[in-house]
Amino acid sequence: MANSYLLKRADFIFRNENDWEKILSNSIKKKPADLINELISSELKGRGGAGFPTGLKWKLTSEAKSDVKYVICNADEGEPGTFKDREILSKVPYKVLTAMAVCGYITGAKQGFIYLRGEYKFLEEELYKAIDEFEYYCKEIKLEFKINIFMGSGAYICGEETALMESMEGRRGEPRNKPPFPSIEGYKEKPTVINNVETLAHAYTIFKEGAKKFYDLGVQYSRGTKLFSVSGDTPKPGIYELELGMSLQDFVYEFGDGDTKAVQVGGASGFLVPRKKFKDAAIGFQGKLTGISLPTGGSMMLFNSSRSMFNVLDNYLEFFREESCGQCTPCRVGCQQLLLGIKAVKRGDKPASYLDKLMRLTETMQLTAKCGLGQSVANSFSSIVENFREEMIY
Amino acid sequence: MNPIQSLVKDLADKHGRKRESLLPIMQGVVAQEKYLSELAMIEIAREIDISASEVYGTATFYSFLETEKMGKYVIRVCKTITCAMKGKNQVMLTIQNMLKIKLGETTPDRKFTLLETNCLGWCHKAPAMLINDDVYTELTPEKVREVLSMYMKENHVN
Ligand SMILES: Cc1cc2nc3c(=O)[nH]c(=O)nc-3n(C[C@H](O)[C@H](O)[C@H](O)COP(=O)(O)O)c2cc1C
Ligand code: SF4
Repeated sequence: MANSYLLKRADFIFRNENDWEKILSNSIKKKPADLINELISSELKGRGGAGFPTGLKWKLTSEAKSDVKYVICNADEGEPGTFKDREILSKVPYKVLTAMAVCGYITGAKQGFIYLRGEYKFLEEELYKAIDEFEYYCKEIKLEFKINIFMGSGAYICGEETALMESMEGRRGEPRNKPPFPSIEGYKEKPTVINNVETLAHAYTIFKEGAKKFYDLGVQYSRGTKLFSVSGDTPKPGIYELELGMSLQDFVYEFGDGDTKAVQVGGASGFLVPRKKFKDAAIGFQGKLTGISLPTGGSMMLFNSSRSMFNVLDNYLEFFREESCGQCTPCRVGCQQLLLGIKAVKRGDKPASYLDKLMRLTETMQLTAKCGLGQSVANSFSSIVENFREEMIY
Repeated sequence: MNPIQSLVKDLADKHGRKRESLLPIMQGVVAQEKYLSELAMIEIAREIDISASEVYGTATFYSFLETEKMGKYVIRVCKTITCAMKGKNQVMLTIQNMLKIKLGETTPDRKFTLLETNCLGWCHKAPAMLINDDVYTELTPEKVREVLSMYMKENHVN
């Protein structure tokens, strides 16, 4: 099994999409239940970060009783270090549109939306051209499905699915309480499937190549491939499709500059892994991989020995403080106090032991914050402070 | 009808008069006017029949929906980690020197506003900035000077 943790390149996502008409027309000849089973047996999990099984998500919405349902493609892509979704939408948009329409066919949704972050406004026109052609074909094969683009306006939190729906409904992008989950009660309180751009592109591959092909890639609990956005101190920054389950050691061997000190996996809301733990870390979803297994939206930021981890943490905390929606106290006040706190320790205004107090604050945030933003600040905070304590103090 | 009124009316005709039309309408006003004035927000509230404070409350949540007048070109320099590591400060200094304004300010001729923003999604081509909707990546002070000179040469101002 050892070699299943090696880095393996793959090429599905950006490979030709010229067959989308065939994939779409063939798919809607199949029974919805069969398509769902195909997705479930592929073990595809959401690529937006949280890793929820996609087949199950579609099944829940297909079983929900409602005349009106929606499919939403989450293209808010705001996690620092992530830039793959834009690439998918600009290079292979028809794959995403096709998967949305098949999802509509399965669940009974007749309206789809792409929530596109404001920073990607320049993509809108091209994307509408693709949508026009796509809808034309849908009409030809008598599939009733419309797609609209909804533009974001510069708010990271709107990538959180319920905040995104609030935003689409014309309100402040403040996350809702869950349950109810969007599959049952989503946009305008109707059953809604919401998926990351990349998840939809993988669904296309599965409808095209079959579940087995996908399932055979990756490792247990982390099947298939994933796009990785590689940036920071690396000689080859860019977007790479790799099988899940590789060890971080192999990743650094391939992408590092020979002097890699740490890698931030999963963006600002992910974890920092220091050099000594590279060999114990595998990239995939929670499960029985060796050592620590890191879920990820695919953001991989490399830092070499010239970088100060204090500056890195300072940058992340400023990000969170600005992007917190401010709705709940642990996150609104917590992010602010963490930022003030590490600066005070650095200046010497607070003793080093104050860092432990701040760690307890992040634990409280993890338990009491309303959404993933506030809950995940603890990830980078504790992994940086635990591993680079000296750099925080001196 | 004054120009703001007719702009808002046109946008409402296009996007509808429901609550879910609010963001597209506000985005349309900002694209044209560069910000949401008090008058615009009152007008939007009237068109979709909600209170003006609801419009204001929603607008202020979103960093791209400005409620203060911006320049014709809004420059947003990415300050998130990779851009910060790859020379964002030099980019910032170059812009400040060329435009003679500080972060958050607008040039007296109302042509440029200089802002910072969070991750633009171009980390592999850092540092990056947006000028209105256009992206500029792999910036160096030279490249910034080149790009800005292009914008500065253009004479007409709103
Ligand atoms: C603060 C926050 C930001 C998020 N941003 C995004 C995002 O930009 N894109 C995305 O696809 N999912 C994002 N998510 C995850 C979504 O809430 C949701 O889980 C995802 O869109 C579901 O799609 P998937 O199952 O295909 O991954 C974010 C979550 C949180 C808590
Ligand atoms: S955790 Fe933060 S972002 Fe999430 S709801 Fe609370 S304040 Fe808003």
